[in-house]
Amino acid sequence: MSDIALPAIASARTRWLRRYGLAAFGAAVILAWVLAAIFAPWLTRYDPNLVDVAMRLRPPSASNWLGTDALGRDVATRVIHGARVSLTVGMVVVLVGALFGTLLGAAAAYARGWAEEGLMRLTDLVFCFPPIILAMAIAAALGIGTVNTVIAMLVVWWPKFARLSRSLVISQRSMEYVEAAQSIGFGPAHILLRQIIPNAVGPLVVLVTLDLGNAILVFAGLSFLGLGTVPPTPEWGSMVGEGRELVQQWWVATFPGLAILTVVMAFNFMGDGFRDWLDPHARRR
Amino acid sequence: MPGVAEPLLQVRDLRTWFLTDSGPVRAVDGVSFDVHAGETLGVVGESGSGKSVCAKSIMRLLDEPARIVGGSILFKGRDLAHLDDEGIRAVRGREIAMVFQDPMTSLNPVLRIARQLIEAMTAHGRFTVAAARRRAIDLLRRMGVAAADRTVNSFPHQFSGGMRQRVMLAMGFSNEPSLLIADEPTTALDVTIQAQILDLLRGLNRDLGTAVILISHDLGVISNICSRVLVMYAGEVVEEGAPEALLTDPRHPYTWALLHAAPRIDAQAEDRRLITIEGQPPDPRAWPSGCRFRARCPFAVEKCAEHPELLPVEAGRAARCWVTQEGGALHTPERARAGGAAPVDPPPAVPILEISGLRKHFPLAKETFFARQRVLRAVDGVDLQVIAGETVGLVGESGCGKSTLARLVTRLHEPTDGRIVFAGTDITHASQAAIRPLRRRMQMIFQDPYASLNPRMTIGEILAGPLILHGIAGDAAAARTRVAELLDLVGLPGQSVRRFPHEFSGGQRQRISIARALAVGPDFVVADEPISALDVNIQAQIINLMVDLQERLGLTYLFIAHDLAVVRHVCDRIAVLYLGKIMEVGPAAALFSRPLHPYTRTLISAAPVPDPRVERARRHVPMKGEPPSALDPPSGCRFRTRCPIAEQRCALQEPPLLEAAAGQRVACHFPGRLSDADARDL
Repeated sequence: MSDIALPAIASARTRWLRRYGLAAFGAAVILAWVLAAIFAPWLTRYDPNLVDVAMRLRPPSASNWLGTDALGRDVATRVIHGARVSLTVGMVVVLVGALFGTLLGAAAAYARGWAEEGLMRLTDLVFCFPPIILAMAIAAALGIGTVNTVIAMLVVWWPKFARLSRSLVISQRSMEYVEAAQSIGFGPAHILLRQIIPNAVGPLVVLVTLDLGNAILVFAGLSFLGLGTVPPTPEWGSMVGEGRELVQQWWVATFPGLAILTVVMAFNFMGDGFRDWLDPHARRR
Repeated sequence: MPGVAEPLLQVRDLRTWFLTDSGPVRAVDGVSFDVHAGETLGVVGESGSGKSVCAKSIMRLLDEPARIVGGSILFKGRDLAHLDDEGIRAVRGREIAMVFQDPMTSLNPVLRIARQLIEAMTAHGRFTVAAARRRAIDLLRRMGVAAADRTVNSFPHQFSGGMRQRVMLAMGFSNEPSLLIADEPTTALDVTIQAQILDLLRGLNRDLGTAVILISHDLGVISNICSRVLVMYAGEVVEEGAPEALLTDPRHPYTWALLHAAPRIDAQAEDRRLITIEGQPPDPRAWPSGCRFRARCPFAVEKCAEHPELLPVEAGRAARCWVTQEGGALHTPERARAGGAAPVDPPPAVPILEISGLRKHFPLAKETFFARQRVLRAVDGVDLQVIAGETVGLVGESGCGKSTLARLVTRLHEPTDGRIVFAGTDITHASQAAIRPLRRRMQMIFQDPYASLNPRMTIGEILAGPLILHGIAGDAAAARTRVAELLDLVGLPGQSVRRFPHEFSGGQRQRISIARALAVGPDFVVADEPISALDVNIQAQIINLMVDLQERLGLTYLFIAHDLAVVRHVCDRIAVLYLGKIMEVGPAAALFSRPLHPYTRTLISAAPVPDPRVERARRHVPMKGEPPSALDPPSGCRFRTRCPIAEQRCALQEPPLLEAAAGQRVACHFPGRLSDADARDL
């Protein structure tokens, strides 16, 4: 009927921007940081570890855009090189933790019984402690160093993925397609890995994305406290730590702090975008 | 006669569209009808025909992006379509009440029944809390809730589905509305409970004079209650009239198709194939320009390219069809005969499946640490034989154990006790690895076409999986050829292989599910409610497909359903299950003509027939109460608590399943007494 006035429908591009604009922005920021990390030596003019006491604590200028730190190192160079450590550690912790936790949780949920019970109590045990304190304790026991800190973080990291994948698998395993696969004669490994897990990846991907920022933050926190990387390796958290006393020389701590802020926020935007994309209710609007 | 007075509700040219991103979905597209005071109006149509959206428009219960874009809804001098929010709130619940399909979700689970009923009444300021409480108890009693003064303080989860629907009705009637809209109120209920609720609805309409709009997909339910019927198709009313006329002499081909697609419980069919119409309803984003039913209509003529109006065809009747406008009649066509399926000699009676003393008990979690271990006796001593080549039906109300039995036979569950012998092999406690070779011969079709196909796999992967697992297809090319054959067998296009399940409709998915079951070339197929999630015309298509496949491939079916008419139509023998035990088993024809068990008799009488004249003449045996819990079945005969002819002996002694007529075995102390009593009364 032509005489019915329809409200104006927003154009496809406006709708897409309204829904995924922030996520796209987040993805662009992440991409920029990843490229910066890969091409760090070509993007910077100085050696990140070059000590030049004569140049110490210079404010931002034409030659040192973000100033220099207490040892005369160029802050801009160190921030860009710092992306290498932070992004790598974040990804390793989250991806390894997610893979391990997911498989363990899924297997436990499919097996039921004592395996599930035991695993869940183990995760409860980890959840009893504040994650950063527990990671600190483990890292301190293992000794300072990037690898040891990563191991410490992994211990704290996998249980949330185990819990999520367990609940996802439990909700999937009562679906009729699982019974159909059983009645055809497929074994448990095939059903779990090829049939159930592909249906559970959506929420896991959302958690992984949201968690990347979190992992970078925790690692920066541990480094800030002196547990993460060994100095002089450029790393954002330890840079903030080195600058925390220097109130007058604000640039030493501010710029690595801003780097952490942008990466964490960008990952959160991306995670929210993924969640909207996977949620059919949010999608329909 | 209400005809003279002003109608209570006048809907004129109502258009409710969903303004989605991809353009308007014209769900209700120009619907007009009247409801008079005290009238019962039925609305039928398949899913997507716009009947529920129409009801929600009247109550203005529309969520974004649905919007009433045109037309008016005049109710007692007000236009509900244009009333402000405050105005419509005064109408909702007070003057127009609504009862929804799913009694499990329409009550708030954390509030007591009493509070929900009292709030519904005090919200409109007509009752004080104390008066509302007294009235709530009275209403529940009127709705047939036992011990209403006590149960009013229960939480919804303590009530069964039928009881909750009674609570919903009590809530609906609590403010003495002049119109009640019931949207599929009995679809989620068992047939005996459905009969009770329909009876209640009829009585309430008669005693309180409340007008009722009853929305249903089931012509039997409609003909049972309604004094006028609207048939909806593709967002329009296509036919309107009294049920007596409309259901015996339909004037729209769609009504005709609905009527013929459903098997009837009161008729013995000479052929198991049903009359179906081809295709799917059109896309509501772009209705065809002419008659919207034209593409599927077996009677279409050239003029149908023009859009027909809803015009009177007779006194009190109207139809939207060019063919019947011009006096054309809708004949019943010859049923399609199966090609070369001449009746062969009855095959020798070789049992393919033998079950004896089968039990499955599920231990439940204890309520407290020291509590007694509770056990759900889902299947509790079943003996059954299935002969190669026959179709055995398994019927019963929900919770009777029929789905558990299916999963025991296919060994998805392991029995607690008893024996299952399939094709000469004892599979009672066989390991999954030991059964795997037998799975080539025994397959299953599932109920829910939306859950039974893995949404992340393409149709090609779903169908090739079993072929590769069982080594039927040697290589990828052989698998592809076989998958193409399978798709052709179930009547799906070959290019479906690369698509995902969500791209198919419910009926097409059920075809894929059947193709998957047939992939390994089984001779025994367990079908667990294969058609109960589908619309009636799609049901008929799937039944026809299953019958065809049985003839072509010599399949044996164990067919599980709750719809007695369907079971009567497709099965050779029927077993009636009640609380995990077989009450009666026998040839389909004998079981329906002279049911020997009182439960079978009441089940048959509870199933509605889509013909008001037959419905009036039938003798209804009211079924008392609700099925008892399988946690604690009654002593003696399990059915005695609801049995109209139970005696003291029934409580003391459990009747064994004994042969009472040729091939007909029954577990009752008084076989045939109820049916014979009917025969004497007639």
